[in-house]
Amino acid sequence: MPPRTDGSTLNVTQSLTARTGNLFHRYANPGRFLRMGARLQPWLTWPALVLSIIGITWGLFFSPADWQQGDSVRIMYVHVPTAWLASSGYMGIAICSVLSLVWRHPLADLAAVEIGPVGAAITAVCLATGSLWGKPMWGTWWVWDARLTSVLVLFFLYLGHIALIRAFDEPQRGYRAAAILGLAGAIDLPIIKFSVQWWNTLHQPDSITVTGAPTMSTSMLWPLGLTTLGFTLGFGAIVLARLRAAVMESRMRTILAANRGRQSAPQHNSTP
Amino acid sequence: MTRKSRRLWLVVACMIGLGSAAALTLSAFSSNIVFFMAPSQVQAKPPPADRTIRLGGMVVAGSVRRETVKDSPVAIFDVTDGQAAVTVRYEGILPDLFREGQSVVAVGTVNRDGTFRASEVLAKHDETYMPKEVAEELRRSGKWDPRFGKAPDAASWNTMTASDAAKKTATQTPDGN
Repeated sequence: MPPRTDGSTLNVTQSLTARTGNLFHRYANPGRFLRMGARLQPWLTWPALVLSIIGITWGLFFSPADWQQGDSVRIMYVHVPTAWLASSGYMGIAICSVLSLVWRHPLADLAAVEIGPVGAAITAVCLATGSLWGKPMWGTWWVWDARLTSVLVLFFLYLGHIALIRAFDEPQRGYRAAAILGLAGAIDLPIIKFSVQWWNTLHQPDSITVTGAPTMSTSMLWPLGLTTLGFTLGFGAIVLARLRAAVMESRMRTILAANRGRQSAPQHNSTP
Repeated sequence: MTRKSRRLWLVVACMIGLGSAAALTLSAFSSNIVFFMAPSQVQAKPPPADRTIRLGGMVVAGSVRRETVKDSPVAIFDVTDGQAAVTVRYEGILPDLFREGQSVVAVGTVNRDGTFRASEVLAKHDETYMPKEVAEELRRSGKWDPRFGKAPDAASWNTMTASDAAKKTATQTPDGN
């Protein structure tokens, strides 16, 4: 009896990895990915631009000033979406890392390469806007509280990932090493999320939570929602465009390498 | 077990190990990660006079006194966490958000008499975001006094914003045209 149950759990994991593996590998075909990506691109780019422009204009010019923060609160309409994307971008890298380590998915490796710089840039914007917000409100550009420090650590994780994934002559080794870093670094994400609840911090807790009602006026919630959605689609659009370019580049390289091989082959034959 | 499922379990095991290691480290260093101490903690276990600490809490309503000593502003106020209060003396310019009822973090040392000498005062605002008009309306109607605690639930005043905005646009449209 025991061996049978053991075998059945094995079968479950086997079929799970096999089935999900098939699902993922269907999209590993570069030709299929390029066709789908080209179709998806305008659906990300244009809504991203429209929503971001509407959200930013609404937030900066038409939403009300906060009762205690005044007009400084408008930094929020850039700061909160970038903070959300800084964490989500790294989550993307962590997912790519699992796909890379377990299923050796070639597209996940390329995606991890392409998410890195975009995520690092948006984390830098998050830190910069946070600093600009902190000076007039808290009275300081920077403090070493748990929230701020954990986001700074996230920024360094991005930089480390960017460097590591490009550090090897043989790309596959870089992908493996960076995937391990990407997964280990994912520990920082729950720390960022819950830092404001677990410890006393200068940074205020989240206004928008899964469990409770938002502690923010709806007149501010709307533009914030629009910029967050717009920035998220924009993040997706930039990563998709970079990924398509990377896939095309690798295809081009293979074609060029094949051509070079064909050209040099007849010369080899004619030499003797 | 296929190579793929072996790798999957390896990754899962590594993540569990790493996660629990991080959790243990963080809970062990928890007291150092805390950005500030509460007045009750400071009174229960006063730190040595030469040690710089951060004291966090709410400014007690009616406790703020402002003086000018040799042309520089001095503020004296009480900071409380609801259980104990510590008197803070700060020489310098306070942040804009400083007010009675506001949360603040003061950086400095505890004097021998139990008062706190701050070298820096930071204002800590909460997670409530509310239009100015709504705050004034709540104050006028007596539903909320910012000096005595947190703003009421957003659900209770959100409709007020909407009706206020509607009123405003209704009055503004004839003016605008």
